[in-house]
Amino acid sequence: MDHRPQAWGRPRDDVYGAYDRSYMQDNGPKQNTQQPIVTGTSVIGIKFKDGVVMAADNLASYGSLARFTDVKRLRPFADSSILGFSGDISDMQYLDRHLIDLSLSEAYESPDKPRLNAANLHRYLSKLLYNRRSKFDPLWNHLLVGGLDDNGEPFLAAADLLGSTYSAPSLATGFGAMLAQPIMRRYVPDEESAKKLSREEAINIVKEAMKVLFYRDARSLDSYSLAVVTKDGVELKEDEKLEDQSWAFADRIKGYGTQTV
Amino acid sequence: MFRNNYDNDSVTFSPQGRIFQIEYAGEAVKQGSVVVGIASKTHADLARVAQQRNAEELSSYQKKLFEIDEHTAIAIAGLTSDARVLSNFMKQQSLGHRLTYGRPIPIHTLVGMIGEKAQINTQVYGKRPYGIGLLVAGVDENGPHLFEFQPSGMTEEMVAFAIGARSQMARTYLERNIESFADCSKEELVKHGLRALKESLVQDKELTVENTSVGLVGLKEGPNGRSSIEPFKLYDGFEVKSWIESVSESQGGEGEGDAAGEGMEVDS
Repeated sequence: MDHRPQAWGRPRDDVYGAYDRSYMQDNGPKQNTQQPIVTGTSVIGIKFKDGVVMAADNLASYGSLARFTDVKRLRPFADSSILGFSGDISDMQYLDRHLIDLSLSEAYESPDKPRLNAANLHRYLSKLLYNRRSKFDPLWNHLLVGGLDDNGEPFLAAADLLGSTYSAPSLATGFGAMLAQPIMRRYVPDEESAKKLSREEAINIVKEAMKVLFYRDARSLDSYSLAVVTKDGVELKEDEKLEDQSWAFADRIKGYGTQTV
Repeated sequence: MFRNNYDNDSVTFSPQGRIFQIEYAGEAVKQGSVVVGIASKTHADLARVAQQRNAEELSSYQKKLFEIDEHTAIAIAGLTSDARVLSNFMKQQSLGHRLTYGRPIPIHTLVGMIGEKAQINTQVYGKRPYGIGLLVAGVDENGPHLFEFQPSGMTEEMVAFAIGARSQMARTYLERNIESFADCSKEELVKHGLRALKESLVQDKELTVENTSVGLVGLKEGPNGRSSIEPFKLYDGFEVKSWIESVSESQGGEGEGDAAGEGMEVDS
């Protein structure tokens, strides 16, 4: 009997060889997040005359493996703003818990109406992200925040893992910035055209962009969430399916995957 | 000789369940000159009378109304230097809130912070309570607010209140008129505040432009029908002249005769 507690429950050295104790060291340098692990791909958002439309697919990838296919990446806040997360899913879940605390304490202070609007929320999250990157321990996310600002005007802005912020009539994160943004920008090149855009038009543009993303982004999914924020609140649909796909363009593309010809 | 054994620190209860150091701090508030605050549906108003610190007019009057942020201000009664500490703290918190959330700090949140800060001083050995009472006036998304703050850390929302020397007289006036405050215009609100102040003045003292100042913060009609903040403004010196004159003319209006009668039991 080996009486040393450290040895209990471990494979016997005389049977399996010496255990590699380098894995047990806890006196090495502390290592913070170096890369995201389980990730969500693009989030896209567009302003229209009375609000904001936002969409993100329901996939959480583990590297190139489509690991979880029903992860909802759009999160309403106080029924007045919508948040879209791309990047690390566990950091998204951390932020989600953090925002639950925030919305609860806000609801205690002002039960009858929400007081933190989308602009306030975006400011807060960007400070949170910047604080973490300044500790060299970033939250590996790229967020879109949609809703209304202090004057009741549509608000859409982004914040990334470095704490950078920017705003535009249409925004997209990740692959969407290359693939969806040019399409949305054709419809809303500036604030004036966003003010003329109707709700139906905005939804159609976003659906079209989600379809293009599914065609060309290998880490995407055809099931997605779609949210519309107006002064009346957040309408969130979490089980949308891409419609009217046409893969005709892919007919002559060869040399990928399991193709043998 | 009588000696109180239970007032050496702020952490020990007396057998009757009292903490004397906190009660003594409350006395410091009563030494300060009177300040009055009233909130209507649209405005919150602070009015004060100041004491001259040195006899023989060697000094100016002590300032008693402090702007904390665009949308909040405090009126103080008690130890001015203790108030400066709290005032600086409140300014920092308001600024910090603006930075992280991009909005003015809700009044309830701000008052909660000083309440918590002051309470700690009553429960930690070697500390002493703030010798200061505050009226905190401000506006936020839920409209105008007036809060009272006491050295014990107690905070309470008020429609109208007065603290400081002989403030019971002012409170009696306010109680008498409480129904009318909600729908007052800001001019009427100021006049109510000044009349309440007048009630608590000693016999031969009067409201003058030197010893009186008024602070106002409220809501105004903003663009596209939303109400926006009318920032805090302090009215000093000649700016309060017309108001003081108008309340000295309309003397006897609010039934001040009997008010003097029953409100006589002055603090300490």
